[in-house]
Amino acid sequence: MRHSVRYTILFATALCAVCSILVSATAVALRERQQENKLLDQRRNVLRAVGLLAVGERLPREEIERRFSENFEVRAVHLESGRYADEVDPRVYDQRRARSDPQSSRAAPENPAKVRRLPDVALVYLQTRDARVEAIVLPVEGMGLWSTLYGYLALSGDARTIRGIAFYEHGETPGLGGEVDNPRWRARWPGRLAFDESWEPRIAVAKGRVGPPEQDPYRVDGLSGSTLTSNGVTNLVQFWLGDHGFGSYLERYRREGEI
Amino acid sequence: MRREFRDALRDPLIDNNPIGLQVLGICSALAVTTQLSTAFVMCVSVLGVLTASSLAVSLLRQRIPSSIRIITQLTIIASLVIITDQILKAYVYEISLKLSVFVGLIITNCIVMGRAEAFAMQNPPALSVLDAVGNALGYSLVLLVVAFVRELLGSGSVAGITVLRTVSDGGWYVPNGLMMLAPAAFLLIGCFIWVVRSIRPEQVEEVYHVGALPEPGYEGDLR
Repeated sequence: MRHSVRYTILFATALCAVCSILVSATAVALRERQQENKLLDQRRNVLRAVGLLAVGERLPREEIERRFSENFEVRAVHLESGRYADEVDPRVYDQRRARSDPQSSRAAPENPAKVRRLPDVALVYLQTRDARVEAIVLPVEGMGLWSTLYGYLALSGDARTIRGIAFYEHGETPGLGGEVDNPRWRARWPGRLAFDESWEPRIAVAKGRVGPPEQDPYRVDGLSGSTLTSNGVTNLVQFWLGDHGFGSYLERYRREGEI
Repeated sequence: MRREFRDALRDPLIDNNPIGLQVLGICSALAVTTQLSTAFVMCVSVLGVLTASSLAVSLLRQRIPSSIRIITQLTIIASLVIITDQILKAYVYEISLKLSVFVGLIITNCIVMGRAEAFAMQNPPALSVLDAVGNALGYSLVLLVVAFVRELLGSGSVAGITVLRTVSDGGWYVPNGLMMLAPAAFLLIGCFIWVVRSIRPEQVEEVYHVGALPEPGYEGDLR
């Protein structure tokens, strides 16, 4: 069937109008729900890092909200100065978006974790009980073998002993580097020390047999068959504990206590 | 007429399976079949997009100017895919994280555009919808079979429920690492095609040589 040019243009315009209305209507209608999901997922991962939520444990939304709000306080932190950024509302702050926006981030110096950009403000999750900090959960990210790993590292209230680690997003080889998700491997982290006596980040994933935390406080047994992912985990943990990451915040925290 | 409807729905399952016979839609069949749950959500998404796009294209088929018909189909499909992606993010967030870009890539799934261009442009809405559902089910059949085998052998579970306890969880089963990688899907789809073509030898392509002329009396198509 032949159609005139005028008809073709009109048809194309009408089609585009209808499609764009449908797409934007869905996006707007579902936005709130999607943001809720994102926040809930974040909370689930934080709970996982401190061991308040087991892997594969499925809980209703309310239970996760309850466990999170009973235990945690979310604070925004200026990475460079280590001060709390009280002008930022941590409930709506999107760290990953802020990191890719030049207005709210800067280029990271060359580093083995291959972190390209650093947000000016990062979120920390403080687990508090009776006005005492029990755990500090820090968001971490860095290159593994194939992909960027995203996760949370939890330190105890002394800002030195590791409480746990959990990755929530990565594209490492399943069965090899992908074992960073394995609960049995993750169980080897708690009790080890992130910093040495002079407060230098020291924790590393090592090759070969590693003793229990009392004997081998700075080393975690590596993942067999995935040296490069293991190295990536070492690099990213050390980067985020170091001066460019949460180093100044943790130093201030140790000096001044929780606030 | 009855027969036509039944064939539109049933043919693409085995006789004219989009993956098995036409070898379309392979990309997503490799990517999302390490687990049954992701494969299932992918199948439902393709079913939704394919049905809606075939319906829309079929309804508009006499009004679509032929000079811009491909881009028209693509616009319709792309809009439906974005809507599907938004719905997944709102209702099955964790699975949508695992499917990541592959939902967006339904746009480039040859099955969707193939059915719009080859079928919905020439056929009335009801028949087009049945054809779309049939093709989506044919696609799903292969995806679910592949995902079942890959999840069982690759992580020792079926739909997230442990069947073979793996060594890393303290059991006895050493997972087959190959199953978790994309090439495993190729092997499994290859086996699927082999099985189907052994049962239905008429699906096997004629052997022909480039540049060769058909034998006198040959009445088939030259590809």
